[in-house]
Amino acid sequence: MSSVEQRAARPGQANRQSSVRVTRSRRSALLAGIGAVVVVVILAYLPYIVLSGTTDLLVNVFILMTMASMWNLLAGYAGLVSVGQQAFVGLGAYFVLILANHGANPFAALPAATLACAVVGLPVWWLVSRLRSGYFAITTWVIASVCELIIIRYPSLGGGTGAALPGFTNLDPTLLTAYTYWIALAVTVVTIASIYAILRSRVGLMLTAIRDDETGARSVGARVPRTQRWIFVVAAAGCGAAGALLIISQLSVEPTAAFSVQWSAEMIFVTIIGGIGTIEGPILGTIIFFVLQQTLASYGTWYFIILGLVAMIVAIWAPRGIWGLIADRLNIRLFPVGYWLWPAGSTPRPRGLARLRGIRASESGAAGDVVAGDPGHLGADDSPARAGDAGPGDSTD
Amino acid sequence: MSWVNAIIQGILIGGLYALFACGLSLMFGVMKVINLAHGDLAVVAAYVALGVVGITHVPTVWSFILVVPLFAGLGYVLQRSLIQAALRRSILTTLLVTFGLSVVIENGLLQFTSANSHSLDIGSLVSDSFSIGSQITIAYLLLAIFIVAVAVLLGLQYFLSSTRQGRLIRAVADDREAAQLSGADYRHVFGIAAAIAFGTVALAGLAFGMYSSFDPTIGTDQLLLFAFEAVVIGGLGSLWGTLAGGILLGVVQQLAAQVNAADQILAGQLAFLVILVVMPQGLTGQRRTA
Repeated sequence: MSSVEQRAARPGQANRQSSVRVTRSRRSALLAGIGAVVVVVILAYLPYIVLSGTTDLLVNVFILMTMASMWNLLAGYAGLVSVGQQAFVGLGAYFVLILANHGANPFAALPAATLACAVVGLPVWWLVSRLRSGYFAITTWVIASVCELIIIRYPSLGGGTGAALPGFTNLDPTLLTAYTYWIALAVTVVTIASIYAILRSRVGLMLTAIRDDETGARSVGARVPRTQRWIFVVAAAGCGAAGALLIISQLSVEPTAAFSVQWSAEMIFVTIIGGIGTIEGPILGTIIFFVLQQTLASYGTWYFIILGLVAMIVAIWAPRGIWGLIADRLNIRLFPVGYWLWPAGSTPRPRGLARLRGIRASESGAAGDVVAGDPGHLGADDSPARAGDAGPGDSTD
Repeated sequence: MSWVNAIIQGILIGGLYALFACGLSLMFGVMKVINLAHGDLAVVAAYVALGVVGITHVPTVWSFILVVPLFAGLGYVLQRSLIQAALRRSILTTLLVTFGLSVVIENGLLQFTSANSHSLDIGSLVSDSFSIGSQITIAYLLLAIFIVAVAVLLGLQYFLSSTRQGRLIRAVADDREAAQLSGADYRHVFGIAAAIAFGTVALAGLAFGMYSSFDPTIGTDQLLLFAFEAVVIGGLGSLWGTLAGGILLGVVQQLAAQVNAADQILAGQLAFLVILVVMPQGLTGQRRTA
C-alpha cells in the first residue's frame, strides 16, 4: 500500500503520472468545511436563543450521532459488525457515576470515563478478536450482558434499580443545561473530526481497503488485525463518551436502559439508512431518525418499527444508504477521504454541474471515494480521466 | 442432595436450551447465517399459541399441530425472500437484516400486545411432579420437554444422515457449487433447512411458554444468547454437541442458582466466555469455520 500512498501523497513529483493531478478535495469539500464551521458556531450559540427543551433534544441527537459514527467506523470500515457496543455505553455512564460518587465533577469525569472504556476495550478485543462475523456479533452482545449483570451486583452503584448522579447540586439548572449541551456538542465534533483524521491517515487507507475487500487488503500487506484492534478501542472510547453524556444529560442511570441492546439497534439503523462506510451517513441517518421520532412520537414505537423495516430494505437493496444515493447523483463528498484524479488540462474546480465530476467511483463497489491507485474505480467514459489514459494504477513500478 | 437435584434440573432445562439451539445451529451450518431474530421467533410462536388457544379453545399442548407447520412455512418464505436477498449481498448483510427483524418483531409485539408477561396455560401439568428420595423432584413438564428435545435432535440426526433430502442439505452445506453442479437447487434446500429451523424454534417457544412466563423482550435478552451459547459450547456442526452444550449451560446455571439465585444467568455467560477462551472448538472439538 505504501507505493500507492506515496504516489498519491506527492502528486507533484515528475514521472509518468505528471499528466494527472491528484487532489484530496474539491470545491465541494472546501464549501463543506466552511459550512461545518458555520454549523458548529450556530449550534454553539443555540443555548442563548432557544428553550432548554430544544437543546435537550439536540443533546440526544449528539449522543446518537457519536455512537452511530463509532459503529460506522467499526462496521463500515473495519468490517466488525458488533451488536454489543451498549457495553461501552453503559460502562461510560457507570464510570462517570463512580468518579462522581468519589467527589469528581461529572464533566471532568467524562474524559476519564472515555479513557477507561478504551482500556476496557483492549481485553474485550482480546476475547472477541478470535471470532468472525456472526460469532463476533453475538459474543459482543454476551459481553454487554455480562457487564450489566456484574454492575447490578454492586449496591453502591444502585444495583438493579440504578442511581442518581451526584455533583451538580449547587449548579444553576439553566447553566447545567447549557454546559451539558456544549459538552455534548464538543464530544460530537471531536468524534467526527477524529474519524475524519483517522480516515485520512495511513490507517484510513488501510481501513478503506479492508472495507472494500478484507482478503485483498491482507494480501497487499495491510496489517488487518492490528488496525481492527485500534479501531475497536477507538469505538469503545467513543461509545463510552456517549454513555458518559447520557448519564450527565439524564442525571441518573438505570442498568437495563444503559446496557440495552436498543442502543445497538439505533446506531445500526441510523448508520445503515444514512449510508454505511461514509462519514456523512451516520450524521444524515441520525437527523432522519430524530425527524421521524419527533413526527411519529404520539404513535408509540411505530417510528422504530418503520426505521427497522427501512434499514432492512436499505441494507439489501441500497447498501450505500441515502448518502450513497446523494453522493452518486451529485458526486459530492463533504468529508473527502479519498483522492480525486484530474488529467492534464482539466481544472480541479470545474464550473457547472455537468463538469462537476471527477472520476466516478465504480457503480458496483462499495467504495464511496475514488482511491488513487485502484484501477477498478476508474472507468466512466464521460469522466475527465479514463482508466486507460494515465491513471496511477497502470504506471510502472 | 440439593446439589444432585440442581444438576438434574440443569440437565432437564439443558434439553430446552438444546431445542432452542438446534435451529440456530442448523441455519448456521447450512447457510452460514446466524439468525439474530431466533429468540424473538420463539417468543412470537408462544404468542401465536396464546392466540390459537384463545380462539379455538383446544388444549394448549396441541397448539403445536398448528403453530409448528405455520412457522416452518414462514421459515421457508423468509429464507427464499429476505434472507436469500441478504445472502446475495454478503454474510454481514444477513446479520444486519436478521437483527433488524429481531428489533421489528420485539417492538411490534410491544405495540400489539403489551410489555406484560404471559404464560401458556396447561392446567395442573405446570406443577405436577414426582419425587425420587426426599430431595429430588422432577416436574413432568420439564421431563416431557427434555424427551421432546432429545427426540427432535435424534430425528434431525436421522433425517440429515439417512434421508435423501437430509443428504441434499448436507451436500449443499459442504459445497454449494458442487451440489448445484449435480442438479440441486441450493435456494430450495436453504428454504427447507430454514423451515426445519423455524419449526424447531416454534416448538422450543411453545415449550418455553409452558415452562415459564414470557414477554416481548425475553427473546433477545435471554433466549437468543442461551441458544447461541449452547451451540458454541457444544461445538459447531454436531447436534449431540449442541445437546451437551445446552445441558452444560443448564447445569452451570442451576448450580450457580444454588449459591445465589441472582447469579444464575451471569454464571452461564461466564462459563460460555471461559469455554470460548480455553476450548475455542467447543466440547465436541470440531473445527470452527466461522
